Amino acid sequence: MNGPHGVRPRRHLPTVLLVVGATGLAVVLMQGWIPSKETAPQTPSPAGPQTQPTRIVSFVPAVTEMLFAMGAGDRVVGVSSYDRFPEAVRRLPAVGGLIDPNVERVLSLRPDLVIVYGTQRELRGQLDRAGINQFQYVHRDLADVTHTIRAVGALLQWHTAADRLASDIEHQLELVRQRVAGRRRPRTLVVFGRETGSLRRIHASGGYGFLHDLIQLAGGEDVLGDVRRESVELSAESVLSRGPEVIVELRYGQPLSFDAIEELRREWSALPGVPAVRNGRVNVMVGDEFVVPGPRVVLAAERLWTRLHR
Amino acid sequence: MLTLAGFGGLALVACAVAPLVGSTPIDVRRVFDRSVPFADNVHAQIFFLARLPRVLAAALVGCALALSGVVFQALLRNPLASPDTLGVSAGASLGAMLAIALNADVRLAGVPAVPLASFAGSLGALAIVYALASARRRGSSTTVLLLAGVAITALLSAVVRFVQFVADSNQTLQSTRWLMGSLDVGSYPPLVAALVPTAAAAAAMATLPRMLDLVSVGTESAAARGVNVERAERVALISASLATGAAVSLAGPVAFVGIVVPHLVRLIVGAHHRLVLPAAGLFGAAFLVLCDLLARTLMAPVEFPVGVVTAVIGGPFFLWLLFRRR
Repeated sequence: MNGPHGVRPRRHLPTVLLVVGATGLAVVLMQGWIPSKETAPQTPSPAGPQTQPTRIVSFVPAVTEMLFAMGAGDRVVGVSSYDRFPEAVRRLPAVGGLIDPNVERVLSLRPDLVIVYGTQRELRGQLDRAGINQFQYVHRDLADVTHTIRAVGALLQWHTAADRLASDIEHQLELVRQRVAGRRRPRTLVVFGRETGSLRRIHASGGYGFLHDLIQLAGGEDVLGDVRRESVELSAESVLSRGPEVIVELRYGQPLSFDAIEELRREWSALPGVPAVRNGRVNVMVGDEFVVPGPRVVLAAERLWTRLHR
Repeated sequence: MLTLAGFGGLALVACAVAPLVGSTPIDVRRVFDRSVPFADNVHAQIFFLARLPRVLAAALVGCALALSGVVFQALLRNPLASPDTLGVSAGASLGAMLAIALNADVRLAGVPAVPLASFAGSLGALAIVYALASARRRGSSTTVLLLAGVAITALLSAVVRFVQFVADSNQTLQSTRWLMGSLDVGSYPPLVAALVPTAAAAAAMATLPRMLDLVSVGTESAAARGVNVERAERVALISASLATGAAVSLAGPVAFVGIVVPHLVRLIVGAHHRLVLPAAGLFGAAFLVLCDLLARTLMAPVEFPVGVVTAVIGGPFFLWLLFRRR
């Protein structure tokens, strides 16, 4: 067994390792892709509550807003660190956010329902072990706003109010949709982030998700409609070649002064050939309703409509 | 000389061809058609406002990173040294992170806050490294400097992560993307601003080849041959750091170019810095221009970070070169 034969197995080692590694990776990736029961969106835990939840902790600002809008705000005992609306949430204990949930604080609030993101696997496991019911929220498109309201309402045994809220939102959105029916749809780019002071690393809404749906509903034609992603990083070249007729730049978190807004608009003049820039149709809109897909989508849709069809 | 001309030709061809190719087809005749006003000529705008600054940025950054990689590897006598080794890159990152997190909105000669703060950060890190290099006792090994660099990098990176953590979600997105590197510079002023320190650094490096040849063998033998080792090290340290700071502040950290291009070039032209330095600069430029071309066209209209391409292409190619001539 000496000589070349003795060496051969060792030669194969790298290949074997590579194959094993690649297979392992493929298995892991496939598990992520195949939707399992565990990640099915918006389903309460199998052991659904027999009684109405009365102490709710919400990690999802959009759902917090829904709870308050359907009149169940008094049952909310804790919110995420990113909750700002309605005003009442500022007095509630903050329990962390999507990536840094504070489990201890959640448990100390003795909730009987926690609204979590589907991706918070660690937190979900801990809540499971503590026997606390969960509602998994998944952020997708505009129709999910009212779906979620109804699902949460059902879970709270608060159907009537939830259904009234959802129908009302659907009705208001439909009114906006009717207003723009038959009108020419300007090609619209919605930007939600870029490097301060320059047109670099422009993050825009792609052809999927709640912002995309809002653009279409408010009578715009999403210039990135063909890119099936929720967020797209745009190069200067893409902005030029897609030539949007209206640019809407969203800002949220803090109010902006008139001068700051004018400065933001002026920065787009670095790309003078873009129709929106040439025709003065670069808009800066400030407000959290554009990034929180909750009941305020109606407000977002109406504000967007005013900029697309004055 | 012929080899250098080859590298020069490669860089020129890359810079000439890359602006003509992209996610949008453009017509060269219409780019240079003066009869259409610039404001209405989308072809010319895509060429001059989007692609040309981007290709030039790639060439500048690739050249600067490769040059400083060569100098750091010789200076520290370590094949694993790169522009990131001494913490200059981490300092530049910290500067950029702070500008993003504080939403700084200052502007100097058309250069926005993030690249400004980033370059300032790289100078700050250079000051620390330089102070440490001067404080180190005569004759102690470069290992000390290397380890100091590792410590500074770790410290600054920790602060970077802290700043990212306290920033809000949109700023975190921006800063994460900054840390992946991007050559879409969007306008010319930042490019010019980065060209100045890079050109100064390259001029300083032009005085170094002989000293680098000797120093990379050992400081004692270099001193024995009449080289003022301390002065040479100082010039090398400052010029390589300046080039790194300029490159990182313009494009963010672009992985892999600074460490591998020098080795690739050495495998082709040998170890003499008189050849290695210019060849690495030219090849670095061509390499990054081509990698960026792939990054912006392969999945168009979606672009992915150029650092992914540099590593995916450079890594296997480098391994092949390394093991081909055992």
